[in-house]
Parts: sequence; structure tokens; C-alpha cells
Amino acid sequence: MSETTSGRGFMGWIDDRFPATKMWKEHLSEYYAPKNFNFWYYFGSLALLVLVIQIVSGIWLTMNYIPSGDRAFESVEYIMRDVEWGWLIRYIHTTGASAFFVVVYLHMCRALMYGSYQKPRELLWIFGVLIYVALMAEAFMGYMLPWGQMSYWGAQVIISLFGAIPVIGTDLAVWIRGDYVVSEATLTRFFALHVAGLPLAIIALVVAHILALHEVGSSNPDGIEIKQNKDESGKPRDGIPFHPYYSVKDLVGVAVFLIFFSIVVFYMPEFFGLFIEAPNFEPANPLVTPDHIAPVWYFTPHYAMLRAIPDTFGGVLVMGGAIAILFFLPWLDRGKVRSIRYRGLSFKVALALFLISFVILGYLGLQPATGLYTILARIFTAIYFGYFLFLWVYTYFGLEQTKPVPERVTMK
Amino acid sequence: MNQDAPNRNRRRFLTAATTVVGGIGVAFVAVPFLSYWRPSARAQAAGAPVEVNVSRLEPGQLINVEWRGNPVWIFHRTEDNVNDLEKVEGILRDPESRQDQQPEYARNRHRSRQPEIMVLVGICTHLGCSPLFYPEDRPHGMERDWVGGFFCPCHGSYFDLAGRVYTGVPAPLNLVVPPYHFPDENTVLIGEDEPDEGEA
Repeated sequence: MSETTSGRGFMGWIDDRFPATKMWKEHLSEYYAPKNFNFWYYFGSLALLVLVIQIVSGIWLTMNYIPSGDRAFESVEYIMRDVEWGWLIRYIHTTGASAFFVVVYLHMCRALMYGSYQKPRELLWIFGVLIYVALMAEAFMGYMLPWGQMSYWGAQVIISLFGAIPVIGTDLAVWIRGDYVVSEATLTRFFALHVAGLPLAIIALVVAHILALHEVGSSNPDGIEIKQNKDESGKPRDGIPFHPYYSVKDLVGVAVFLIFFSIVVFYMPEFFGLFIEAPNFEPANPLVTPDHIAPVWYFTPHYAMLRAIPDTFGGVLVMGGAIAILFFLPWLDRGKVRSIRYRGLSFKVALALFLISFVILGYLGLQPATGLYTILARIFTAIYFGYFLFLWVYTYFGLEQTKPVPERVTMK
Repeated sequence: MNQDAPNRNRRRFLTAATTVVGGIGVAFVAVPFLSYWRPSARAQAAGAPVEVNVSRLEPGQLINVEWRGNPVWIFHRTEDNVNDLEKVEGILRDPESRQDQQPEYARNRHRSRQPEIMVLVGICTHLGCSPLFYPEDRPHGMERDWVGGFFCPCHGSYFDLAGRVYTGVPAPLNLVVPPYHFPDENTVLIGEDEPDEGEA
């Protein structure tokens, strides 16, 4: 700090009045990150990139979108057909929504593999799960805005989930909808939350997530603390400044990501009916439910769990529990070793089963809820929750046989 | 007065008093912000009764009308439909309509005023999708006894032709029968009991 308050030159003038150089150093040029980051560490910065893409394309869409029961569907068609480059802005936004979940799921998968949620990163993880929850609400409300058949009936189903809560449920669902069924009143409030309320919440949570990260420092694929081994000047021996080393590395990730992103935007914006579902090309009709209702792909694992339980409130509890249990993960995992590289074989098998069950539940959520599919959904829901139970038993009772963790990070 | 040593008790009291008064203010201001989300006067007014002419409703035909923004089905059961109602009662969750999902005059096997004319709110009691009408064919994947009914595509719930829910499906309750009556033999008025019946 002392060398920046000399007041010399333009930056000196600024720094005497605003901590620009100080913040630059703290968060970029002198933020030391472990030097052994691998492929899995791209997705945090990519999530930030997608957030910016969504905010910019979203502001542009808002200029022509009209949140009304009569005109919402038509105004989206108008953006697609008559507004110059409107189709591009909308496809960027719809693809961005799915891309957000792709990078966030991979980012979370990284945390599970390398134990990034373990002490002292519990709050960092909790902020992350809160971002995930806010993102789900944001995506759900955004999906309603085009006011197509899937928008309408998807909203009807999800809001009815609150109606399943005993005693207060019915009134709560009416309160959320602002009407006895999903109607324009619901559309306009979801619009307000989608374009203003939730984005503000997400930005605030992202700031908290990054501040928490920079307070405790990044973990790494070896799961060891680089802060425990510092040189004479107090810098971690296994750390390198985020800028320029990781800012440049992440730029490569950005380039590769944008290639895939562009392929989807330009050649397959509907992505086989997964990113934009076919029934949504029909305007909302409150009297007719489409033959086959499925949420967008990123909600299908939870949807499969909901349908697996033959009781409405039970299904809601299981689905909510699948997300809520994530908050407790740092305390369920009592393991002494963070990284999957040095953990016991049972941990590796359990994590693999957990990830597989999540993917299969995602597939089942797209299928009709009949016969074999329901039975499979029940089995994989049990495996999903079983992972957390196993993890606690495995680590709490000291059953895990870990491998020795190295002193310094390895570069494999 | 001693300017240097603050009176800690007084300070604590003032902090607490300010917090309480401020908190009460916030609680009062929260009321309009939360009530703002409730159905507006216009939305509430839209719940008026709906009159439907059923004189040309053929046996086996179902029409879909809108009441309070909900789909309401009026179905003219055939004679077979009426006779078939008892066949599946063994696999229904609430065949005798014990749960309060209908007015008193529809607490019977056919869940209607007249055995032939059925009036139902077409909203699944699970999560609010509108079930599909399968008067004869069995829905895809259905393995139970089937004499016609409704199938909810969202989460796979089944109902018979009186809106009675099957066991072992996500929907917990029979479909809702709205209040209705026949002002004359050709007209059904949905949303209102017969004037002298009061709240049935």
C-alpha cells in the first residue's frame, strides 16, 4: 500500500482517492493461485464469462420484449423475425442459459472431486450453492417469459409444488401466482424478478463467492494448502500470480468455449429440443396441457426425483432435499484428505456412482413417468442420497484408507 | 456532564430502542410489499359463474370450458361408462369420495348430480397439469385395469371417468368437482350451487 500512496502521476492521483491499484494487486497481480491447476479449473472463470454474456444479451432482449399475456409470445416472434439481428441476440441468450448450467455443473463436479468444499472453504461452497439456487430460479422464470405452451405448463407445475406444502400451500401458491392459475399477473412478476431482482442477487452472491475464495485461497488438484509453504518474502512457493499466468490460461479456455458456444448458436440453437423445447413454439393455452411435459435439461434430474415418489409432498421434499443436502456437504465429509487422488477406493467408486446417477436421472426426467422408468428413477434417487450417507459413515467412523499426501503440489 | 466516559447502559438502551422501533417500521412496510403479490381485485372478479348449453352434448362427448381460468370438463357419459364405474373401484384411492373434493351432491359413485353428465375441474391434483382424455384406449404404459378415464402426462397419474384417482400414482386426491347446477335441463351453470342449497 505504501508505495501506491505516493500520489505520483495519474494512477497516484486515483489511488489517493480510490483503492484501484490495491484491488488490482489483491485480486489479480498478487493473488497467488496454486501452479498445478488443470482442465477442471477453467469453469469458474467461464461461469463469469457466461454471466456477462447473459446480462448483456438480456438487456438487449428487454428492449423489444413485452411482458403481457397477449403480446409476450408475439414479441418474441417479432424479435426473431423483424428485429435486426434479433434472432442472434435471442439465441445467444437461450444458449447462454444452458451453457451456464453446463459450466456450473462441471465447476461443482470439480469441487466434489478435489474436496474444494472442505474446511476452510465451507462458506465459499455455501455461496456457490446459493448461486446455483438463484440461477435455477432465474432460469425457471426466464423460461416462462416467451409464454409458449412449455413456458406456461412448466410454470404451472413448478408453482404447484409450493401448493403441496401442508396447511399454507394453497394460499402460498395463489400468492406466488397472483391469480388462481398461472396468468398475466404471474408473467409480469416473473419478468420483474428475472430482469432485475434475481440478477442483482446473483451478482452480489458472485462477489461474495470471489471474496471468500480470495480470503481462503484457491484449492488445487492435490488438495493441499499452498499457504503452508511460503518463501522468505511470504509468497507461497507453489503459487503463481493469477495475472498474468491464469488470466492468460483462462483466455485459452474462453476461446475454446466460444467455439463450442458459437457452433450451438449458429448451427443448432434448439439443440435437439433440449435448449428450446418444441411445444414452446405454440402460444400458451391454459386449457390444454401438451402431451408430454418435460422441463429444460438442467432441471430433469430433480424432476425425475420428484416423479419417483408416489406422493406430492414427499416428492417435493425429496427434490428440495436433493439441493438442500448440498449445503451440508462440508460437514458430512469428515475426510482428512481433500483430493480424489489420495482418497480411498470406496470414495472414488461412490463419487462415480453419484455422478452417473445424476446423469441417468437427467435422462429419466426427459422420459414419460411410466413403468420401468419410474422404478429406475427410484433406484437412482436412492443412489444420489446414498452418496451423502455413505460419505458421512465412511469418514466419520474412520473407514477410509487414504494414500499419503505430498508436501508440495505435483504437476501431473 | 462527563463527555469522555459514555454511559453504557444508556447507550445499550438507545440502541435497543432504535432497533425495535426500526424493526416495527420494517414489519409494517413489509405488509404492502407482500400483499402486492396477492390476486388483484380484477383477478378476483374474474371468478364469476359460467353458463354452458349442454343440449347438443352427445353421449361420449367431452367439452372443455374455462372457469376462473381453469379448464372445466363437461362429459356426457354413455350408459356403459356409467355401469363401468364400479369395475375399477378396487384400485382407486378414494372410490367413495370421502375427501372433500366435491360439493355434497356429488359425493356418490358418479360424482355428479346426474349419472350421465359429469362436471370436473380438469386440473390434476398432483401439480396442476391438465390430464388427457382417454375414453376407451389405454394410455401408453398403463398396466392396470382400464375402462376409460384420464391420464396426466406430466407425472403419470390416472383417474377414472368420474375423476377418481387410482392408487399408486403421484396425485393424492380425486379431481375437484366445482359447484354447479342446472337452471334448466339444457343449461349448466358452473361456479354456483342451486340458490336454495347454500354452501353445500
